[in-house]
Amino acid sequence: MRRRLQSITNKIPAIVSIGLVVLLWHILSVTGIVPSYMLPSPSDVMKAFIEDFELIMMHAGVTLVEAFYGLLIGIAFAFIIATVMDRWTIMHKALYPIMIITQTIPTIAIAPLLVLWMGFEMEPKITLVAITTFFPIAVGLLDGYKSVDRDYIDLMRAMGAGRYRIFTHVKIPAALPHFFSGLKVSTSYAVVGAVISEWLGGFEGLGVYMTRVKKAYAFDRMFAVIIFIVIISLLLMLLVNVIKTISMPWILAEKRSKEQ
Amino acid sequence: MDMTVLKAENITKSYDNVSVVEDISIELKKGEIVSLLGVSGVGKTTLFNILSGLLAPDEGKVFLKCEDITGKPGSVSYMLQKDLLLPHKKIIDNVSLPCVIQGMKKSEAREKVKPLFKEFGLEGCEYKYPCQLSGGMRQRAAFFRTYMSSNGVSLLDEPFSALDTLTKSAMHRWYLDMMKKIDMSTIFITHDIDEAIYLSDRIYVLSGKPGVIRDEICIKQHKPRDEEFAFSFEYMEYKKRILKAL
Repeated sequence: MRRRLQSITNKIPAIVSIGLVVLLWHILSVTGIVPSYMLPSPSDVMKAFIEDFELIMMHAGVTLVEAFYGLLIGIAFAFIIATVMDRWTIMHKALYPIMIITQTIPTIAIAPLLVLWMGFEMEPKITLVAITTFFPIAVGLLDGYKSVDRDYIDLMRAMGAGRYRIFTHVKIPAALPHFFSGLKVSTSYAVVGAVISEWLGGFEGLGVYMTRVKKAYAFDRMFAVIIFIVIISLLLMLLVNVIKTISMPWILAEKRSKEQ
Repeated sequence: MDMTVLKAENITKSYDNVSVVEDISIELKKGEIVSLLGVSGVGKTTLFNILSGLLAPDEGKVFLKCEDITGKPGSVSYMLQKDLLLPHKKIIDNVSLPCVIQGMKKSEAREKVKPLFKEFGLEGCEYKYPCQLSGGMRQRAAFFRTYMSSNGVSLLDEPFSALDTLTKSAMHRWYLDMMKKIDMSTIFITHDIDEAIYLSDRIYVLSGKPGVIRDEICIKQHKPRDEEFAFSFEYMEYKKRILKAL
């Protein structure tokens, strides 16, 4: 009970500051300081969202599917490559520079190329999401594997454990917190990555919807979809947090024993 | 019966042409507690890594009973100063880990260790995480795990040095008590002379650079040893002899 009350108190400053921003926005557009065709008021945006609700949901479904498959592929690749890099030092030396280079390529620049190579369907979008989400997770896993104290590995060896058992009993659990930090970042990248790739060619998805309403100068709809994307990203990050808490019950136990 | 369970013969090891330990021979008899006493940096831990098979010596051999285990880990158990309990496993899974590594199923391994919790004074801690236990209790759990992985022989590397004085003497009593109950022969490393005299049947004194065995002392005082022993004439004689060798 006390803990719940405390968690509400902790959130009050954030709620107040967000409320103030919305209020300021409202005042600016209602008083006409910023003309309403440039900055629609929050209530106009809400109205637009309700009017276009079904359309937005249809597009959102497509974007989420792309983001989900892309993220899944990104996770799979990150896991394989980070594990290989951790196992063989030579692979680490060989692959690390390539990993960094892929991150310096601007997403906006390769998205049209991917469309040219793969067509206007989901493939180029999924590929782009996989490329952008791969990196934070791979780096997280690498750091996690490395965070294991040498003594733990010696102890496991002294007990007669081979590489596989050391990996499953010690390295993976130690890497989990790092993995989830990476996954949290990647999840928000996934949605944004999917939207960006839709801007540059496609028939469906929130990115396509955005380009259409932009061309029609329907700023209220534009704002509605932007806020909707923000909310989706936040919800997905929350989901990652829930999965994290469930899959690492010992973290909760550690927190509780520290509080006492 | 003088049954030797662990024997190291003429162990020599050097790193980058700097000799760390030289021509060390030690042996451990069944049921014995033997300590390796020496200042830090004398090569005690290197010697332990060799005895446990984690490290191969440049020269010399290690035998468990009659089997040559030089450079082969997994035969004798090893416990370090840090408890090294895996933070993500419950105590029951931590202590049964050696069985799982030997190929047992998790549920079977749990069943195997369950009845022993009472003996190790860890009743009620089975399903707690290591972070929920005190330092002394964690050390007990680590000792329990060491016992599960031992073939009757364990190596303890400064197992009590991370504990505060009061916990430490409580752990000493608990440890001697445990040793009577379970069938285990132990070599342990320490730099604490009083601890060595209080716990050991025999003491090897290591010193110098490279580390060599300077003296071997049998502590004849019968066990259990009470506090009086620490003020006795014999005790002082042992202490004097150790200090001279160091």
